[in-house]
Amino acid sequence: MTVAPKREAYDVVVIGAGPAGLAAAATSAEAGLSTLLLDENIGPGGQVFRAISSTPVTDRNQLGADYWVGADLVQALRTTSAEVIHRATVWSLDRNLEIAVSVGGASAFVKAQRVILATGALERPFPIPGWTLPGVMTAGAAQTMLKSSALVPDGRTVIAGQGPLLWLLAAQILRLGGRIDRILDTTERGNYFAALPHAFAFLTSPYFTKGLAMMREVKAKVQVVSGVTELSAAGEGQLASVSYVAGGKRDTIPADLLLLHQGVVPNVNLAMSAGVEHRWDDLQLCWSPVLDASGNSSVAGIAIAGDGAGIGGANAAVVRGRIAARAAVEALVPAAAAKLPSMTALRTDLARAERGRVFLDTLFRPAPQFRIPSGDTIVCRCEEVTAKDVLDSVAIGATGPNQLKAYRRTGMGPCQGRLCGLTVTELMAQARGKTPQEIGYYRLRAPVKPITLAELAAVPKSEADVKAVVRG
Amino acid sequence: MFKRSEQDKRPQVQILVDGVAVAARQGDTVSAALLASGLDARRSTAVSGAPRLPYCMMGVCFDCLVTIDGVGNRQGCLVPVAEGMQIEIQKGKREIGK
Repeated sequence: MTVAPKREAYDVVVIGAGPAGLAAAATSAEAGLSTLLLDENIGPGGQVFRAISSTPVTDRNQLGADYWVGADLVQALRTTSAEVIHRATVWSLDRNLEIAVSVGGASAFVKAQRVILATGALERPFPIPGWTLPGVMTAGAAQTMLKSSALVPDGRTVIAGQGPLLWLLAAQILRLGGRIDRILDTTERGNYFAALPHAFAFLTSPYFTKGLAMMREVKAKVQVVSGVTELSAAGEGQLASVSYVAGGKRDTIPADLLLLHQGVVPNVNLAMSAGVEHRWDDLQLCWSPVLDASGNSSVAGIAIAGDGAGIGGANAAVVRGRIAARAAVEALVPAAAAKLPSMTALRTDLARAERGRVFLDTLFRPAPQFRIPSGDTIVCRCEEVTAKDVLDSVAIGATGPNQLKAYRRTGMGPCQGRLCGLTVTELMAQARGKTPQEIGYYRLRAPVKPITLAELAAVPKSEADVKAVVRG
Repeated sequence: MFKRSEQDKRPQVQILVDGVAVAARQGDTVSAALLASGLDARRSTAVSGAPRLPYCMMGVCFDCLVTIDGVGNRQGCLVPVAEGMQIEIQKGKREIGK
């Protein structure tokens, strides 16, 4: 599957084969548009349906019914003419809808009439003391290993944080015979009251009963400590212990593995590098693209679907993918849209899928001390820059994330700000008494994933290209 | 840190980690195979030499960087294992020629 795209131009190019991308590509191809789906992973599914076509976990109850929905999406896509390329890393997208993609160590360029970005979400940074130690991972990392390789923790394991994924992961680990010693719940007590006015919508969403059942399943087997207000990891070159404060009391427990999770945030790198306007979302505490009701962004021809459009979950992602694809069909071949579900029907589906989201966002809004670190806690994992380094730079004149690069190289390592960007924005906003919107974000540019100079140099060049840079 | 589930019936794939034969499974990523192997798979960072293991396993954190078949700075979490694959734990920055 790791071959270059067959054509130089497509009607629709979809980037990312998670729920939104799978649904968007299937819809677009079904309407007869030439469709290319590019995805960085080994197989389809994105994160939520990770390894859906290859998982060694054959007992369907262990991963849960919500996971296997992904198999239907993949099947639906396979019945269409959409071209799908995995292990394809898109490293550039511009306003002319030209896409550069690296496949098997060589780059290819394709042009699209419409681009649907379905690059999904990544886990919110969880910058606590010791979070760079070997043995500290994200909950999503453990879930990825569980789904794709049936691997489960078997050492002394602590899960810390909050949010639906944390409970799902814990239930899955237990079902597969893995070990969890303790769960440290960092949900702020005040959030329960804040979320109450939104509870009705959540009570009528399918997530409610499933979520409760899962929490009961986990709590029957694992000691859960709620109201955790401080958290740190310690060890010499390897995690040895986890320390926390709950109800004013400190406890330190030995641990080999600490899994962290405090929600997910849109993966904005490709969209921002293409110039798509984003705004700070005060509820979800992250950058979200400015989109119309069909997912169209501020850049003509680029739509965003799925969690990259603002966190909505897998069900909403599927519908957003269909809406964005239908909008593309309406724009390119209006007559072909007749065979697709109507926009009205799709928007009704979306409203249903998004029901209860505000409740979840309010309840699981991460506490400030777990988002905005202090002292020697590392903010930028790649360049190993601490919170104190950032604050010292602010004190001598760094005004925002882009100036900070010149002081400290934050965000200039290989992850390109994915693991430090939100922290840097909020930390600088707090230090300067400004809003995150005023402070802004890193100016992201292609290549949004590192590629070698050799690969760039091997890109086919016209005579004019060479003339533009060669002297004499 | 991690163990394999008994229901995993995927065929074995042998890889070499710093010359040591490791039994991975077909469909494992390099990072998953390393974490399952029980070997000390800690890389060291280019900036301070601090030890690290994979953090995100989904292609965004770059803490899984590893040398695969002589090519450095590969994201081990995005590369599937293959029979006879030569893995070197990368210490520090990518070396010239690798």
